[in-house]
Amino acid sequence: MAEEHPLKPFYSVLVLAFACSALVAAAAVGLRPLQDANRSLDQKKNILAAAGIYQINKPVAEQFESIEARIIELGSGKFVDPGKIDPASFNQLATALSDNSGKELDKSIDIAGIRRLENYSLVYLVKKNEKVDEIVLPVRGKGLWSTLYAYVAIDADLNTVRGVSFYQHGETPGLGGEVSNPRWQKSWQDKKLFSPQGQLQFDVVKSGTQVSPENAIYRVDGLSGATLTTQGVDRLMRFWFGQHGFQPFFEEVRKQGGFNG
Amino acid sequence: MAETRKELLLRSIFKRNPIALLVLGICSALAVTGQMSTALVMAICVTLVTAFSSLTISIVRFQIPSTVRIGIQIMVIATLVIIVDQILKAFYYELSKQLSIFVGLIITNCIVMGRAEGYAMSNPPISSFIDGIANGLGYGFVLMTISFVRELFGSGTIFGIEILKLVTHDGWYVPNGMLVLPASAFFLIALLIWVIRTLDPEQQEKN
Repeated sequence: MAEEHPLKPFYSVLVLAFACSALVAAAAVGLRPLQDANRSLDQKKNILAAAGIYQINKPVAEQFESIEARIIELGSGKFVDPGKIDPASFNQLATALSDNSGKELDKSIDIAGIRRLENYSLVYLVKKNEKVDEIVLPVRGKGLWSTLYAYVAIDADLNTVRGVSFYQHGETPGLGGEVSNPRWQKSWQDKKLFSPQGQLQFDVVKSGTQVSPENAIYRVDGLSGATLTTQGVDRLMRFWFGQHGFQPFFEEVRKQGGFNG
Repeated sequence: MAETRKELLLRSIFKRNPIALLVLGICSALAVTGQMSTALVMAICVTLVTAFSSLTISIVRFQIPSTVRIGIQIMVIATLVIIVDQILKAFYYELSKQLSIFVGLIITNCIVMGRAEGYAMSNPPISSFIDGIANGLGYGFVLMTISFVRELFGSGTIFGIEILKLVTHDGWYVPNGMLVLPASAFFLIALLIWVIRTLDPEQQEKN
């Protein structure tokens, strides 16, 4: 090898780094609109899947027509006028980060491990023959490695789980990652959230736990080999269906005599 | 070495397969061979990345200072992998979600680095490009063979189409759960290496 100028490695790496970063930046910026479109399509697909009405060979946009996106204020549980905040452009996760539209959660409240909670949340009303048939609620919470994001579909009776769809997480594939397994998600169907007295009874239990027959309707069998992910799922359900989550919204809807009352 | 281009292309598929003989790129071969569709996409991605990284590195091989050559190779490979990942996310979102981190991990796939360092640094661009494609195809050949066995006997399907009717769908076939787990690929790769070395005794290592 010929003698090298001592600065040559430095220059060549610098030039290459510039060239490479230009390429990467061009790819990232140029393809972003397509990727964003894909992401929102995927989100809609997951909402439809949670609601249990997703059909593979029909365009997603067409299927989504039966779903109305609304915004609610989590604290009061009241619907927010679409003129005030537009559901189509509302970025729920971003609002949690700002102090105007979100707040930091106290450790004692924050059982789901989400740290910050937004003031407003999207809810999706799934309609059938002009009536609200079920609602789909976005939830999230910490699993073992990552934050799990899911949609939970609840019947218009505000008690029966119609379906669930975990759509984003970074759990161990094959163990905690099984939260996205459709077969497991199916085991959520027809479970009840609240006891007749209105207590939150829903529980994701350790896989294989003996459950008494009267409690079976509230219990989902956890994932074997994924104790911490299962606990995370249990806690996020407790948080989002508790008083800091959607409970005020449920009470408000009940006060109005249900969705179709 | 007076190899024709055809020989160069073919030798990496069978005679000098990157997985079977060089035992490179095993980790991703375990991870993505549960289904044939993911294995196919992974094989295509690795082929493209290996081919173009070998080409790029071969073109600039006289400009690369030997002290920082590994760093430069990594940089070229990483750039290509990110571009492939971005393209997948834009056009094949579902697949990119299934492959998730494994596309990013092509950067650490030893085949890509191995070919860049072992071949492209000392050979002209066109040969390097062909060598890259050939190694990608060799990798793909192993991936497809293993994922064929794993998907057929693990879930009763080929490319997601049901071939063996599962008991859970009122059929007769009880799937072999072990084949769904990544570790089963170890046994299958070992069996494949055994078959290849029996057919071609030249590949057997001498004690």
